[in-house]
Amino acid sequence: MDGVAPYVTADGRQIGGVLMDMRGITLRFGGVEAIKNISFDIREGEIRAIIGPNGAGKSSMLNVISGFYHPQDGEVWFRGEKRPPMKPYQVARLGIARTFQNIALFEGMSVLDNIMTGRLTHMKTGLLAQAIWKGKAEAEEVANREVVEKIIDFLEIQAIRKTPVGRLPYGLKKRVELARALAAEPKLLLLDEPMAGMNVEEKEDMSRFILDVNDEFGTTIALIEHDMGVVMDLSDRVVVMDYGRKIGDGTPDEVRNNQEVIDAYLGVAHE
Amino acid sequence: MSADFLYGIEVVINGLMAGVLYALVALGFVLIFKASGIFNFAQGVMALFAALTLVGIMEGQVPFAHLINAVFGTNIHHFGWQVPAILAIFMTVLVMIAFAWAVQHFVFRHLVGQEPIILFMATIGLAYFLEGVGDLMWGSSIRTLALGLPQGGSLWVEEMTSGLGGDDFYGFFIDKLDMVATLVALVLVAGLVAFAQYTKQGRAMRAVADDHQAALSVGISLSYIWVLVWSLAGIVALVAGIMWGAKSGVQFSLSLIALKALPVLMLGGFTSIPGAIVGGMIIGVGEKLFEYTIGAPYLGGATENWFAYMLALVFLVFRPQGLFGERIIERV
Repeated sequence: MDGVAPYVTADGRQIGGVLMDMRGITLRFGGVEAIKNISFDIREGEIRAIIGPNGAGKSSMLNVISGFYHPQDGEVWFRGEKRPPMKPYQVARLGIARTFQNIALFEGMSVLDNIMTGRLTHMKTGLLAQAIWKGKAEAEEVANREVVEKIIDFLEIQAIRKTPVGRLPYGLKKRVELARALAAEPKLLLLDEPMAGMNVEEKEDMSRFILDVNDEFGTTIALIEHDMGVVMDLSDRVVVMDYGRKIGDGTPDEVRNNQEVIDAYLGVAHE
Repeated sequence: MSADFLYGIEVVINGLMAGVLYALVALGFVLIFKASGIFNFAQGVMALFAALTLVGIMEGQVPFAHLINAVFGTNIHHFGWQVPAILAIFMTVLVMIAFAWAVQHFVFRHLVGQEPIILFMATIGLAYFLEGVGDLMWGSSIRTLALGLPQGGSLWVEEMTSGLGGDDFYGFFIDKLDMVATLVALVLVAGLVAFAQYTKQGRAMRAVADDHQAALSVGISLSYIWVLVWSLAGIVALVAGIMWGAKSGVQFSLSLIALKALPVLMLGGFTSIPGAIVGGMIIGVGEKLFEYTIGAPYLGGATENWFAYMLALVFLVFRPQGLFGERIIERV
């Protein structure tokens, strides 16, 4: 299971080699260690979850991967190369897209425009060419629109295409944010608590979309959740964090039976 | 129609056109404020600097001539050529873009995440620095901007409209320069709106204006967008500098037009491009009409100096977010 050899999952999905490798990551805010010497990898085609109680350092880890935080120690390897310290927009251009726990959408723009911003990394026409050579810019816009329309169909949000995002309910905003991340056709998709604040029905919808994205596009997904039930059904492998440390790593079954994980979630009497 | 009424209309038309110039300056403020939250006090000086640069290039003046002469003991002032207006405008645009890059690279890159008041103070410093650079580069004498723009009252409009009233009415007096300015401003605004709506850089610009974090996550470089908006603000400043400079000569008091843009922003809201335009119009018409109906007959005139600020004050009390600005709602 932990080998690097490619394998095929029970439901027929192809899992490849290591896509992202986090080695000995340590992140401090002042004197507080948010992440303590954590290593784990994400393999191509898998759904990898990072779970843990509140304040475990999950979001910090996601922010390290997406370049919003820079660790004091440790190395980030992506596609077999050591990644130098990068700004978030440079990470995005590498093909790592993300969503945010508190939703970061462009509230004043339409759903379509929001999702189109996800295509920016794929649009190559320069500023002058955009202004002068209308034809080329237009052709590029049309090609990118097609990709976006497919994603809109896929996530079943056709009805709200032209609606300003600010007017949408919470659940739909989450879906639009997923659509924008997908529009980048990322090699790695990071989801920060995709199910937070949702009701049961919305959670089921979101789970279905995550599985479908992984299945149909073969997108590698790393997601954070603190709802253990959801994660166990969804993911191939799980990292468990508690107080900035890694306390478990493996298949959902392995993690579920790990005594340290059970203690962290249910609490344990201190001696 | 009575002559008085027609003269009233003339006042409104002239007010609209003056308003366009106010709006042009306000527009520069809005562009930068929307994208970066920086209230750019230097916008007026940028208009002055752009106009100075344009005149200097057109006249073939050697930049920093005084400094060069003092250091090397030479005596040069002019290259001895004249640059055609179109080429000179193009070169000035390049200078404004270089300025935008320098501002981002040397100042605001180091101030990311600072309090708005710090950023504001930085722009005050920038304003005086730029004024000094303009002085050093091109000298401090008053210049005329000879772009060949039409000036003076339009005879054609006067003749076409003279038949509207009775014997007391001689037709509308409308300055040709104001007409040109209005036209140019309309083209500029249409261009900016098209740019923001239909190009990928425009979309990225709107994205940054909306949410920095989200913009970063889709691969937009904030500093690139900030250079872009400062460049656009520089171009807007150039246009404003040309229009004001053609009207009253290129001199250092030109930088004070920034103060005239403040009430426009209070009215229109700091984050709205249509707001800047409508705000400019209201101020322009308002102050002319007030002067014509109340100021001149009852208050001894010269009310144009303060009317705009008073109107802005009234707005601040009753609608602090302006006509089009985003409503400020603080949830507890």
